[in-house]
Amino acid sequence: MSFNLRGAWAIYQRELMRAFRTAFQSLLAPVITTSLYFIVFGSAIGGRMPAIDGVEYGAFIIPGLLMLTLLGETTNNSSFGIYMPRFTGTIYELLSAPVGVSETLIGFVGAAATKSLILAGIILGTATFFVDFEIKYPLLAAGYIMLVAASFSLFGFILGIWADSFEKLGIIPLLILTPLTFLGGTFYSLDMLPEPWDAIALANPIAFLVSGLRWTFYGVSDVSIGLSLGLTLGFLAVCTITIAYIFKTGWRLRE
Amino acid sequence: MRRLAIGGQPAKWRKVSEPILSIRGLSKVYSGGVKALDDVDLEIRKGEIFALLGPNGAGKTTLIGAVCGLVRPTAGTIEAFGHDLAQDWRAARARIGLVPQELATDMFETVYRAVSYSRGLFGHAPDKGRIEEVLRSLTLWDKRDSQIRELSGGMKRRVLIAKALAHEPDLLFLDEPTAGVDVELRKDMWEQISALRARGTTIILTTHYIEEAEEMADRVGIIRKGRILMVDEKSAMMERLGRTEALIALAEPIPELPSSIAAFPVELRKEGMEICYRGGDGSGKGREEVAALTKALVQAGIDYRGIDVHDSSLEDIFVNLVSEREAAE
Repeated sequence: MSFNLRGAWAIYQRELMRAFRTAFQSLLAPVITTSLYFIVFGSAIGGRMPAIDGVEYGAFIIPGLLMLTLLGETTNNSSFGIYMPRFTGTIYELLSAPVGVSETLIGFVGAAATKSLILAGIILGTATFFVDFEIKYPLLAAGYIMLVAASFSLFGFILGIWADSFEKLGIIPLLILTPLTFLGGTFYSLDMLPEPWDAIALANPIAFLVSGLRWTFYGVSDVSIGLSLGLTLGFLAVCTITIAYIFKTGWRLRE
Repeated sequence: MRRLAIGGQPAKWRKVSEPILSIRGLSKVYSGGVKALDDVDLEIRKGEIFALLGPNGAGKTTLIGAVCGLVRPTAGTIEAFGHDLAQDWRAARARIGLVPQELATDMFETVYRAVSYSRGLFGHAPDKGRIEEVLRSLTLWDKRDSQIRELSGGMKRRVLIAKALAHEPDLLFLDEPTAGVDVELRKDMWEQISALRARGTTIILTTHYIEEAEEMADRVGIIRKGRILMVDEKSAMMERLGRTEALIALAEPIPELPSSIAAFPVELRKEGMEICYRGGDGSGKGREEVAALTKALVQAGIDYRGIDVHDSSLEDIFVNLVSEREAAE
């Protein structure tokens, strides 16, 4: 047995089933939250805001809101997916099975990424009820969303292995990812910031992700798409190498 | 007299057939410095039930964890079915099942899905017939659509066994399989384990209930402080280390033992009111000697009020062995 495809499929299926079992938390709650953003920032305030780079404000914030939800949910889904078996002890089954890092990642990370893609589709569908928009490069947008979902699923997986308490599990998404996403140009263009904040904002890696996704939507961005794509691929590589190292050493998995 | 097999098997086992599990020089030192396994050698033969006995913290669960991939050994080699677990772990693990000590399972999953998941995880194609067979054999079929959290403790433990059997393992580890279950269910479990053995599954179990090992095991290993003290067939172990103890309550006190019974392993106790015999082995020799002793007493004119005869159990052997080692250290 060189690769346990059925094992990877079993993990993938089970993780997806877990999401559907908790559909309200996994799917509906983010949709409601995003709808509230659209109502407040898109419809109520957005109507009084000028267009940014030729894009109506309501439409301008869609990529940022999508990224906000995507990063949070992807990281949470993936980290929770691996943390819970560690917490409850059911990880024994995974560790004693003929599955390695590749099957585990395809199962856990693939399921988390799939859930995020489903969520992204639902959020975009929800957005059509509030604002008119068209995606300039739909295939690139889908590809970029998949890339970000995969990268942050891996990142969440690392968090789920690192965390040894529910508190730690929530610290990174709540105290780092969400603030960085808010400050990463979700609701504004970085050009709108006064000096030196426009330059400081570029130290925020999430700004590159938001900008990249916005470019696929409307062809406008704060930084070049190449830079955004390169940063995302680099992050994906770092996470993959980290997880490979974790499995090789058994850190926090095997005693 | 047979030679004790300290830290391994009697030569007899190696001659019978090749082992399906071979552990050599296995050691595990945890990061805190605790030495859980210390140069363990062990071989398991196909089709047997092997009971691993030891006090708390002896290293039983660590040993199982090392074979099943939960614990990273510090030193040593493990071969299962001819595969080196460090190299060819996928092939080896695919044929090993584990029922853990803790009731660790997804409590919100249904019984059927949980067992199906385990089968897939170990690389097997879905097989409704096999899942039904496993669930029926463990009387779980009627509960197949129930969430595991709705089941009793005993039923949950059966679910863990069902999950471990879903991929039809050739070697099954049962870590304290009957811990926390009532007597009736425990005996039911014993029947299940015997049925598994009848189907050709090799079983290694750890237990605190020595009667469990006495009831089911073909061979017994005793582990203490990470070292295997002894491995042997249960019957041979009891025969070799078993003893008979007889307490003879005398009708009248005697000042000393008569010379006619001096050859017996006896002592006079309770101010001459009781004779204590300790001798024989697990073969019945002790009871024969007790009978001879009582005849000798009658011939010597010594009357007695009662006799209490007790053959040592596996538990006695275990306790004595562990106590002797502790006293020797």
